[in-house]
Amino acid sequence: MLKITDLVKEYPNGLRALKGVTLTIADPGVVAVIGPSGAGKSTLIRCINRLVDPTSGRVVLDDMDVTALGRRDLRKARRRMGMIFQEYNLVERLTVMENVLSGRLGYVSFWQAWRRRYPPQDVAAAFDLLDRVGLDGRENTRADALSGGQRQRVGIARALMQRPDLLLVDEPTASLDPKTARQIMRILVELAHELGTPALVNIHDVHLAQSFADRVIGLCDGEVVFDGGPADLTAEALTAIYGEEDWSATIRPADEDDENGENAAVAEAV
Amino acid sequence: MADTRIWRPPALIESPALRHGLTLAVILYLVWSIGGLDIDWGRVSQGLPRAGRMFERMFPPNFERWELLVRGVVESLEMALVSSLVGMIIAVPIGLCAAGNMVPKPVYLAARAIIVVTRTFHEVIWALFFVKIVGFGPLAGVLTLIVASVSFISKMLAEDIENMNMGQVEAVRATGASFPKILLYAVTPQILPRYLGVAIYRLDANIRHSTVVGIVGGGGIGMTLTATFKRYDYDFSLAILLTIIALVFLGEFFSSWVRGRLR
Repeated sequence: MLKITDLVKEYPNGLRALKGVTLTIADPGVVAVIGPSGAGKSTLIRCINRLVDPTSGRVVLDDMDVTALGRRDLRKARRRMGMIFQEYNLVERLTVMENVLSGRLGYVSFWQAWRRRYPPQDVAAAFDLLDRVGLDGRENTRADALSGGQRQRVGIARALMQRPDLLLVDEPTASLDPKTARQIMRILVELAHELGTPALVNIHDVHLAQSFADRVIGLCDGEVVFDGGPADLTAEALTAIYGEEDWSATIRPADEDDENGENAAVAEAV
Repeated sequence: MADTRIWRPPALIESPALRHGLTLAVILYLVWSIGGLDIDWGRVSQGLPRAGRMFERMFPPNFERWELLVRGVVESLEMALVSSLVGMIIAVPIGLCAAGNMVPKPVYLAARAIIVVTRTFHEVIWALFFVKIVGFGPLAGVLTLIVASVSFISKMLAEDIENMNMGQVEAVRATGASFPKILLYAVTPQILPRYLGVAIYRLDANIRHSTVVGIVGGGGIGMTLTATFKRYDYDFSLAILLTIIALVFLGEFFSSWVRGRLR
């Protein structure tokens, strides 16, 4: 369970990115965080594993106060939180397998990491994950030779290698085309449900958020302005998050099956 | 009616008075400094025939004392190799500490200070200094080239680390990796090819510089060259100069060949 209380982040340039965010994630499932650019979505996610240090407030994962940890304990806490990035952030000159295994860096010794001698069960788990994300046979490809969608699959495998208690996902699809974006979201959501891992997903695309999330949090100007199910995301709610706009085309009828929707669109195009 | 709108790019210095004033000041300074050079045309005219006689005595180049030549060349090459290798190793910690995105401010400033101080003085000055300390010979030359290599390679390394993709570092940090593991997994893969390229380039540079530091007593072929000038053995001097040219050519080819293969 993740409990965030009164989280504030003020950057050295005076920008208050978060102005007292309080939220609790108790159930496994996908929580989408939506909001305009600059609303503090990335800061929120980075404050949870303290890639960004919050100014005040508390982040508690299960019964561990992440905000109070020293360096060594913080590294241990980070092992429990897998992170997936918008620009994938794979180490480009390393192979797919090395990137996936880097999810175990927090568990192996420096010399094991140096010699790339990971425990056999980790290697087996890595092969399974590569299979699962559809990259079987690519383990020795260098990461810079992959397409965007393939890179994000590696990113997902790397995060899941940590066997995390929480997934932090920062704009996983913003650099991808619409079809690949849906595929990536589907893999992510399926795996999160399968493993029972709660996932906090920053996402720009309201449509994707509605289709894939179990819960949606709306962030505006550093504050939570919406918290509810994807069906509760009405025109009024979107206006509260993003400001005035004609939302009629954005809101999806709650009962529409998105797979059929996709196919219908393809059929129309043909 | 014709369009009368015109556009000119804005001048570099906006105020016309300042702009024309600066131009005038530069011209005046040029005239004044040329006047102050005090060129003695008599000595220039005497020097020309002297140069002619010197070149006459240089031809044909004399390779009779080739053993001396070979010994000098081998010594220069050894100096270049040893100093590049040692410099390459010492430069790693200094370069890392001089990267502002990896270390705390005081460490950064200290490492930058080392680089600035070592870069301030030219190799020849370091060579003069080391010749005073350890005496004439290749040891002084090697020490000089080590100092020069360390400052050069560590500066390039620091710049590369500062320009690397921090996203990759962030991702590895997010797995719970410690600082040494981040260096190993996110920093090294990004900078290794460039680092090796710089080190190979420095080897090439050290071959050239090893001939210069020899002139002030740092050993190698440069030392042999000074001796021939002092004894007016100009034909042997030319032989040495030709050898140095060949040596630098080979170094250049080797270095660009290796760097072309590093990717």
